[in-house]
Amino acid sequence: MYAFDYVKAGSVSDAVAALGDEAQPISGGQTLIPTLKARLAMPSKLVDLTGIAELKSISVSGGVVKIGGAVTHGAVADSADVKGAIPALASLAGHIGDPAVRHRGTIGGSVANNDPSACYPSACLGLGATIHTSGGDIAADDFFQGMFATALGEGQIVTGVSFPVPEKAAYMKFVQPASRFALVGVFVSKGAGGVRVAVTGASESGVFRWSAAEQALAGNFSASAVPSAPSSDGMIGDLHGSPEYRAHLVSVMTKRAVAAC
Amino acid sequence: MAKDSGIGASIKRREDVRFLTGAGNYTDDISIPGQLYCFFLRSTVAHGKLNGVDTAAAAKMPGVVRIFTGKDFEAVGGLPCGWLITSRDGTPMKEPKHPILASGKVRHVGDPIAAVVARSLAEARDAAEAIEVDIEELPAVIDMKAAVSGSAASVHDEAPDNICYDWGFVEENRDAVDAAIKGAHHVTTLDLTNQRLVANPMEPRVAVGDYNRASGESTLYTTSQNPHVIRLLMGAFVLGIPEHKLRVVAPDVGGGFGSKIFHYAEEAFCTFAAKAIGKPVKWTSDRSEAFLSDAQGRDHVTKIELALDQNGKFLAIRTNTLANMGAYLSTFSTSVPTWLHGTLMAGNYTTPLIYCNVKAVFTNTVPVDAYRGAGRPEATFQLERVIDKAAREMGIDPIELRRRNFVPADAFPYQTPVAVQYDVGNYQATMDKIVELADVAGFPARRAESAARGKLRGLGVNAYIEACGIAPSQLVGQLGARAGLYESATVRVNAAGGIVVMTGSHSHGQGHETTFPQVIAEMFGVSEDMVDIVHGDSARTPMGMGTYGSRSIAVGGSAMVRAAEKIISKAKKIASHLMEASAEDVEFKNGVFSVAGTDKTIDFASVALAAYVPHNYPLDQIEPGLEETAFYDPSNFTYPAGAYACEVEVDPETGVVEVKSFAAADDFGNVINPMIVEGQVHGGLAQGIGQALRENTVYGADGQLLTGSFMDYAMPRADDMPMFTVDHSCQTPCSHNPLGVKGCGEAGAIGSPPAVVNAVLDALNSGGIKVDHIDMPVSPARVWDAIQAAQH
Repeated sequence: MYAFDYVKAGSVSDAVAALGDEAQPISGGQTLIPTLKARLAMPSKLVDLTGIAELKSISVSGGVVKIGGAVTHGAVADSADVKGAIPALASLAGHIGDPAVRHRGTIGGSVANNDPSACYPSACLGLGATIHTSGGDIAADDFFQGMFATALGEGQIVTGVSFPVPEKAAYMKFVQPASRFALVGVFVSKGAGGVRVAVTGASESGVFRWSAAEQALAGNFSASAVPSAPSSDGMIGDLHGSPEYRAHLVSVMTKRAVAAC
Repeated sequence: MAKDSGIGASIKRREDVRFLTGAGNYTDDISIPGQLYCFFLRSTVAHGKLNGVDTAAAAKMPGVVRIFTGKDFEAVGGLPCGWLITSRDGTPMKEPKHPILASGKVRHVGDPIAAVVARSLAEARDAAEAIEVDIEELPAVIDMKAAVSGSAASVHDEAPDNICYDWGFVEENRDAVDAAIKGAHHVTTLDLTNQRLVANPMEPRVAVGDYNRASGESTLYTTSQNPHVIRLLMGAFVLGIPEHKLRVVAPDVGGGFGSKIFHYAEEAFCTFAAKAIGKPVKWTSDRSEAFLSDAQGRDHVTKIELALDQNGKFLAIRTNTLANMGAYLSTFSTSVPTWLHGTLMAGNYTTPLIYCNVKAVFTNTVPVDAYRGAGRPEATFQLERVIDKAAREMGIDPIELRRRNFVPADAFPYQTPVAVQYDVGNYQATMDKIVELADVAGFPARRAESAARGKLRGLGVNAYIEACGIAPSQLVGQLGARAGLYESATVRVNAAGGIVVMTGSHSHGQGHETTFPQVIAEMFGVSEDMVDIVHGDSARTPMGMGTYGSRSIAVGGSAMVRAAEKIISKAKKIASHLMEASAEDVEFKNGVFSVAGTDKTIDFASVALAAYVPHNYPLDQIEPGLEETAFYDPSNFTYPAGAYACEVEVDPETGVVEVKSFAAADDFGNVINPMIVEGQVHGGLAQGIGQALRENTVYGADGQLLTGSFMDYAMPRADDMPMFTVDHSCQTPCSHNPLGVKGCGEAGAIGSPPAVVNAVLDALNSGGIKVDHIDMPVSPARVWDAIQAAQH
């Protein structure tokens, strides 16, 4: 790790003001800290978001679950409000990493980082969430723009995520054997906005909506209606699975998610 | 009623109190005033010509004390290899120098090029980044088959064809084996890989070098399984320090699994640099560095052929193996694919003719050496896999096929055709036990239940044998070992009756501090609380060869028994004097000396006191004091053996394999602490199941390690494991050591991989999916690929 300055922000505006040249926001640090330890990044300053009270609340009202950006996965998993409104979301959070990761890692960090194997982006996309940022609100459909790429502007931070409460939803994760990130994770929901099927882990373009499955399920929301595997073109191939295997798992996990709804 | 003391008692591990409360003293806990920190600049390319290392700018960086490069070590020896293997043509193996810091060439990613010693680790790292290295990249030699094809680059000039040795065993059997296979009723052939593993003990390696200007003594604190071996190798072969000026201490060590047997460059470096600079020098590996610098395990590619007659009787076995040595020869690397592997190819069976050819191959990868089981898992895996395949091909039940070929219980001692002689064993008994423990009779019902849920259930059963307690020094000397393999112990009974055992064995998870006192308690009739174990310090213990090959209780324990017997013999003489009786009439039982036929008694503590306060004492006949040392050199290996059964459920839709149950029936001979033995088996099974289903070390064609962290190297986790059923009630005590013990540390890792893979193949084939073999790790993706291949 190289030397850096450290600022613990007390408010979103303080945090944004502190972000500038070579400064980087840090929330749970579950990606950033290992990167720093490996000397793969050299920020001049870390702006810690975890002390900002307004980023640490969970609320449910008007059919929307709103989670602050600095809320940990563990807090989401344990939240009676989230479990009551969108149990699939609480369950997703409760199966990220291990207890140590869940008690540091935050939803804002995960969404802003947009790791192609992370779980949360599929929930955002699969529920049609709104991403709140210091620069304004962005629909999930517009927010995720490929591996580690988002619509978040320079010097902006994710302040929270609002999830519309669906009629039903489920998340099925097929874990990569070593990291237990999603080799393929599928978040399926059925609600006022129709059927959504969001896939993480599989594509070289990051999290995506599987529109063929959404269309098929819109008419017949049952596992048997899920199409066979999508094309393996553009799927990730690595030590843990070929593009064909991932494409196959997209279909299998979608079926299982629909069955679990 | 279960014993609560002595041999056979399941006493809780006394060392766990300090480990679990943070009171352990590991090497990284040792810091010496004035200590400096070392950081190694390691090669980022697999193979290249090292044209220059410019340290001028780095040397001026803040905090830097001194920077060392390969030039500083040209006058000292390379890291030695401890076992000479002779090729089939009679020539000795190729043994290129393994320098402390790279010289002339770099040969693997992670090869140390320079070492920065600075006031802090951060300053050392900063300076390392300022070192300019000029490397002319050469083609990387990674794949073994390509390495020996004749068209690859040479890792070492000394071995242009990248072959370290070409070993044949038993060479005289070669023609007879060929003929038997040619004329056999049935021959089953299997090509398989025993993949490379990273040991990953919880504690990474650490070395602290210290030099005392006043005494001229160097001290190395290191994470080692055998501090005396490090002292011998480093002192005699690398740095030229006589043993009386070199102390090696291996304090609490957080696991080794073989990877901490070997003498590493970092140990020699810290010892050397501490003397050169005049200040203590510390190096602590981080996990990423461990992936690039700890010796790795396994990595064999094998073709095995098993010839059978029409009744399924084994007639002959022929194997051809390529064994990866990596870039340099690690300490015991050369012995693993040869004498620890070929000698086990008879397994538990009466196969009369066996021939193994092993070619050891240099590649631009991290050196490979012994890892839990070391050669024996490789032997067991190929043998038990080919037997299972033969059973399927011939339509014989796999358990029955094994039973037809077991060495009969009345055939011991049994001379195998591969040099070793098994002293005792009863393989039908452990197979009977596993059939019972695994409820083989109930399997069809469980399979049907799985099928109702869309899952394929499989049962894998196999036997295993290993050669442990290594070993007879004279035998291993004939086979090329450059060290003796005895063990030592000093038993010191103090004046007030407290007892200290100083053993050459080393405990790094095995529980010696609990089990060794149990033996002494049994022999002396005292409480375990009265006995302490000292180990891991060359200044405090007699010359010992350390802990590996499941040898601690069989060899180290035997040395302790011999020393204790000397104590009892002397104490009897003292007691006879005190009781005014003849020594022949003195009996010793439950801690009390008595004179046969009288009511005269004297307790052990009183005799100990008399030995140190010799007022009324036969000084004309015996010396005062009560302390004895013994060195024990066994007459044979020990041969733990057993049978394992694994049940898996395969999800044909995803390829996921779930281990539903695992049962182990081990014959370890006598057992000192059943709870610790069961724990050792649990750990071994976890590692074996980890190898079977998860772990893999993958290099890219350019020599970059693609599985260089736990993000991609799949370590087994607790929730991957079923509840184990382990049993050690089948006991044929070792015939040649005083405790009748065989050793239990490696069995689980040796016997379990074939059971798991056999179970997966049983599941697939029984489900109509014809698959002969899947290489480990049998990952979901590989199972799914195999299913796709079978169905298209």
